[in-house]
Amino acid sequence: MKKIFSGKVWKLGDDIDTDIIIPTQFLALETVDDMKKYAFNPLRPELAGLIKPGDIIIAGKNFGCGSSREQAPEILAALKLNCIIAKSYARIFYRNAFNNGLLLLENNEIYNFCNEGDQVSVNLENSQVSLGEKTFQVASIPEDLLQMVEAGGLVPFMRKLNSK
Amino acid sequence: MGMTMGEKILARASNKDVVRPGDIITAKVDLCMSNDGTTHLNIDIFEKDLKAEKVFNPQKVIFIIDHNVPSESAKTAEVHKKMRRFAQKHQISLYEGTGVCHQIMIEDYVVPGQLIIAADSHTCSYGGLGAFGTGVGCTDFTSVMNTGEIWLMVPETLKFVIEGTFKPGVYARDLILKIIGDIGANGANYKIMEFGGPAARNFTIDDRVVLCNMAVEAGAKSGLVEADDTVIEYVKSRGRHEMVLCKSDEDAIYEQTYHYNLDDLEPMIAIPHCVDDVVPVTEIGEVKIDQGFIGSCNNGRIEELRAAAQILKGKKIAPYVKLLISPASNAVYLQALEEGLMDIFVESGAMVLNSNCSVCWGSCQGVIGEGEVLISTGTRNFKGRAGHPNSSIYLASAATVAASALTGTITDPRGMIG
Repeated sequence: MKKIFSGKVWKLGDDIDTDIIIPTQFLALETVDDMKKYAFNPLRPELAGLIKPGDIIIAGKNFGCGSSREQAPEILAALKLNCIIAKSYARIFYRNAFNNGLLLLENNEIYNFCNEGDQVSVNLENSQVSLGEKTFQVASIPEDLLQMVEAGGLVPFMRKLNSK
Repeated sequence: MGMTMGEKILARASNKDVVRPGDIITAKVDLCMSNDGTTHLNIDIFEKDLKAEKVFNPQKVIFIIDHNVPSESAKTAEVHKKMRRFAQKHQISLYEGTGVCHQIMIEDYVVPGQLIIAADSHTCSYGGLGAFGTGVGCTDFTSVMNTGEIWLMVPETLKFVIEGTFKPGVYARDLILKIIGDIGANGANYKIMEFGGPAARNFTIDDRVVLCNMAVEAGAKSGLVEADDTVIEYVKSRGRHEMVLCKSDEDAIYEQTYHYNLDDLEPMIAIPHCVDDVVPVTEIGEVKIDQGFIGSCNNGRIEELRAAAQILKGKKIAPYVKLLISPASNAVYLQALEEGLMDIFVESGAMVLNSNCSVCWGSCQGVIGEGEVLISTGTRNFKGRAGHPNSSIYLASAATVAASALTGTITDPRGMIG
């Protein structure tokens, strides 16, 4: 997968919960494409329409807290975000995100320096994220997890492995 | 170096003598459960993507329809149809409309020492019976349903040593809100919260489940209370006799230990829109409410209904205020009928609903409008969870909700207990 990329920043706060990412009343919609229009609806109803493929969300601590609803990372993957960079993630969301091909990076500091609309570059080869002159270290993601993200998640990854 | 009870359960499940925090294990799952919040997705992955033919063991897979029941739209009716078809085809147990999934599991399945995976974040409830429950998404769940196994990282354990006794008007619900307020919504992220100490011996089953259920609201992977005679008797009374009792060793390693004394605890309340924004009810000031809700996997059991009835008996709820009550299961419903609690509720002006996730889930019934204020015994007060994005949810005990429904403003229940 692409190891070096950059994207435009959307900035969100702490404790962005799964009900904000996708509210309950939209969960029964038939397709992910129907649902993704309502991403972050209670917080910023206009945001889902503004996010472009390749954009990056930068957020505070405990991103994805709350329910185990897998539609949350699924719709963020469907919005084709390059990745999310948060101070920390809730446990169930973290696992669900990789299972759905959504790349999550963790860093405590970049949040304090970036503004919405900034351009951020990510280099997965040296696990660094840069914002202007500043660089920040993120934990390295093992190669097999990156391959899973590239395949689009656990199920397509398994299908790919099985067909070999 | 000893192990905590959570580590012992994970060691047993992965067929190892010893596990340590940070170890990644492949564990055999004793039970797995999925509800109508997401099961339609599991079934699609299972049938269309994996092209799997069999669930790993039909006796160990349980489907429960509790989130949108009875269905409120044609779309959720389709979800339920899909679940019924799959359950029938694979000969797995299906419950529909008989209670909130975690309460059904506690009544009919859970025993101490099990590892239980379910596609719902409040699976940590089973720690109330000394079982390790943890929630996953539908992809992980589908894999479990197919193989009976899951990879897990062994978490660190936080210990909560609890002393003293609950004062009148103060409940396990207030204790867990207090703890989450203290440690924060990610204060136990990835970890086990183990509740123990001298007070734990006196905890009822309901108390234990209330504490463990909300462990996930502090980010925890699981909540646990050591199973003792209270649990063993309960489980046997429900016809289940085989269990594995796991106790934490004296020299087990805890990442951190916290101390709480129930003698100092007062009614607590989480204010909008974070579960960890918690204050004593006495400090809340005058907050008008539009609706109260008593129910959910956290707080819809018989003891909470009794606490509410004690306050509502012979009184009327305030004008223009609604009080909705949904017993956590039909067994709880029938017991409340037998004890005369339902008469008290209906005579007070409350609406009694069928057993389901109800207002806590925010899509099936009791949805609130723009600018409305709900006080709830549910699990979460996230922005918009109960309806309109610009509405507010306060979380408190059943007694505080009942007292508030009588006055129309958030009210300390102490002194209102009849």
